[in-house]
Amino acid sequence: MAKTLYDKLWDSHLVEQREDGSALLYIDRHLLHEVTSPQAFEGLDLASRAPHRISANIAVPDHNVSTDPAERAMPGYSGVDDATSRLQLETLDTNCDRFGIPLIDLADNRQGIVHVMGPEQGATLPGMTIVCGDSHTATHGAFGSLAHGIGTSEVEHVLATQCLLTRKMKNFRIRIEGEVAAGVTAKDLALAVIGQIGTAGATGCALEFAGSAVRDLSMEGRMTLCNMAIEAGARVGMVAVDEKTLEYVAGRPMAPTGDEWDRALAFWNTLYSDPGAHFDVDIELDATVIKPHVTWGTSPEMVVSINDSVPTLDANASESQRKGYERALEYMGLRGGEPISSIAVDMVFIGSCTNARIEDMRAAAEVVKGRKKAANVERALVVPGSGLVKRQAEEEGLDQIFINAGLEWRSPGCSMCLAMNADRLEPGKRCASTSNRNFEGRQGAGGRTHLVSPAMAAAAAIAGHFVNPAQLEAVS
Amino acid sequence: MRPFTQHEGLMVSLDRANVDTDLIIPKQFLKSIRRTGFGPNLFDEIRYLDPYSAAEPEKERRPDPEFPLNQDRFKGASVLLARENFGCGSSREHAVWALDQFGIRSVIAPSFADIFKNNSFKSGLLPIEMPASVVDAWFETIAQGTNVTVAIDLKEERLTDSEGGEFSFAIDPFRRHCLLNDLDDIGITLQSSDRISEFEAQHQAKFPWLFREASL
Ligand code: SF4
Repeated sequence: MAKTLYDKLWDSHLVEQREDGSALLYIDRHLLHEVTSPQAFEGLDLASRAPHRISANIAVPDHNVSTDPAERAMPGYSGVDDATSRLQLETLDTNCDRFGIPLIDLADNRQGIVHVMGPEQGATLPGMTIVCGDSHTATHGAFGSLAHGIGTSEVEHVLATQCLLTRKMKNFRIRIEGEVAAGVTAKDLALAVIGQIGTAGATGCALEFAGSAVRDLSMEGRMTLCNMAIEAGARVGMVAVDEKTLEYVAGRPMAPTGDEWDRALAFWNTLYSDPGAHFDVDIELDATVIKPHVTWGTSPEMVVSINDSVPTLDANASESQRKGYERALEYMGLRGGEPISSIAVDMVFIGSCTNARIEDMRAAAEVVKGRKKAANVERALVVPGSGLVKRQAEEEGLDQIFINAGLEWRSPGCSMCLAMNADRLEPGKRCASTSNRNFEGRQGAGGRTHLVSPAMAAAAAIAGHFVNPAQLEAVS
Repeated sequence: MRPFTQHEGLMVSLDRANVDTDLIIPKQFLKSIRRTGFGPNLFDEIRYLDPYSAAEPEKERRPDPEFPLNQDRFKGASVLLARENFGCGSSREHAVWALDQFGIRSVIAPSFADIFKNNSFKSGLLPIEMPASVVDAWFETIAQGTNVTVAIDLKEERLTDSEGGEFSFAIDPFRRHCLLNDLDDIGITLQSSDRISEFEAQHQAKFPWLFREASL
């Protein structure tokens, strides 16, 4: 029978299917970080349980770490000012130590955002089931793997049993067909998808991204796209395996070699949806009409293209929609009808597990090269996704390009994506951000976030307001 | 976990769609390494007039009188009524802990985000999906000044309200069974230990590269 990619991944990891619909799914890889793991380890302790299979786990600190290079140069966690953050980071170290879980610590050059580190190390491989106590775990689906974000109780469950207790989701495919215009990136595809189906559009579904525009994306781009599957309600996002996948994986530290590589290839090459496989929902988007996108509101679905204006309310909107719309506008300090390109920004953030890979750094550097940050932009942070991205960018001279343009070149971490560390938006400040959530307060209480691609964020840093990077010349 | 069988409580209405977990419990409270103490910071950014200060965490803050959970008429409410896609965004289970520790036993909304829904069962917080029309009607009644109390019977999957309404709802059978019988997920899964080991051995034979020690 013709199977979808999700069906194949599900079937190859199904330990037990129960009559009531619940199932046990075997987990190949478990990624851990400091924020959602302490209570899980505590739970293991209380029940005197041990991790089922140590080799499945890898931990890395990322959410709370300082991204200030001077603070990072200080020994251990002494550069982390906030005592509660420091305790949480130390707790991860202690737990990993006690339970024997491999940890990439803060001093290690491979440290980075967990969803950047995993693929870099080959800890993420095609055909795997991957979980992490973080909703953006969907990122790893770019490799033709089944990657779920999970809660802390599930972290504990996976540690104790190596299984996820779950039920099969629906199959949802989005085909994005055609060639995108110059300057349109994976981020714009992601925002276009969310704008189209809404933030709950794929709730209860495993979302496969397909079509020529998706195949045309680099692995970095596919990760950006899958990363934001959760912003469309899907716990899981996926792309089928192809040559690009294999090329990316080959030679990674934890990738198989020799005979095992050949055996792996035989399996990985089957990781696509069969022709004629059944999808519960199957939609198509025309890639050729997608423009660079900017969110205007407090939900990723509140998004328009750079040439548009802040929308006015649909005349048929319900009372609840009207309230939501008005609240978003008030929070964002905007009026309906205002052109997006007239919105000035105070801050720029280029980073996060959505857009902090080398390709993102290059795209941003290309825009700011030889230019200067606008005077009204107070700060522009560039935060590479990992130590390896940082080193690569420095080898290419990107750090100097950013610094010469007046942007800050930081050390890796989640940073202002969720502002658990010191990098945050002050109340009322407006930020062009390459992260994934524009919720109220996400980047700091009262902060106003506009989600954009790295090139758009870089262009906003130069122009001082939103502008299509392709038209930057005319402005500056 | 806490079992859930029946519950009767006052409903408090939060008239918002897409209530995200960042709103339920903002990130500055995720630094805790404990499972408790989140109740006072539930909906922190919209609940108080004065912003939270990490430097003075114990400082008295003025509750925002506009925020429903602060209003006298909803004092002691244990059932939260909200709009569609409740609990979207981050996977943080802290959102469930905060609701639970504030005293909320059930959230009623037209729809929930997947991870939140999953997480809520783990603490015995019951997420009940109700048709938008029913939810609308409750919002309306409450907005007009009438408080609504609901009695929830999980075993029968029935709910009655103080207006005389009677409704049925559906909960995932496995989750319902666990809540009714106070069963812990890990305990149940470990009953399948033999099956897991058997699967693991076959899986390792097929995909040996997945079982290598992490070479860090
Ligand atoms: S970068 Fe942002 S979204 Fe990604 S893991 Fe860190 S906090 Fe979560």
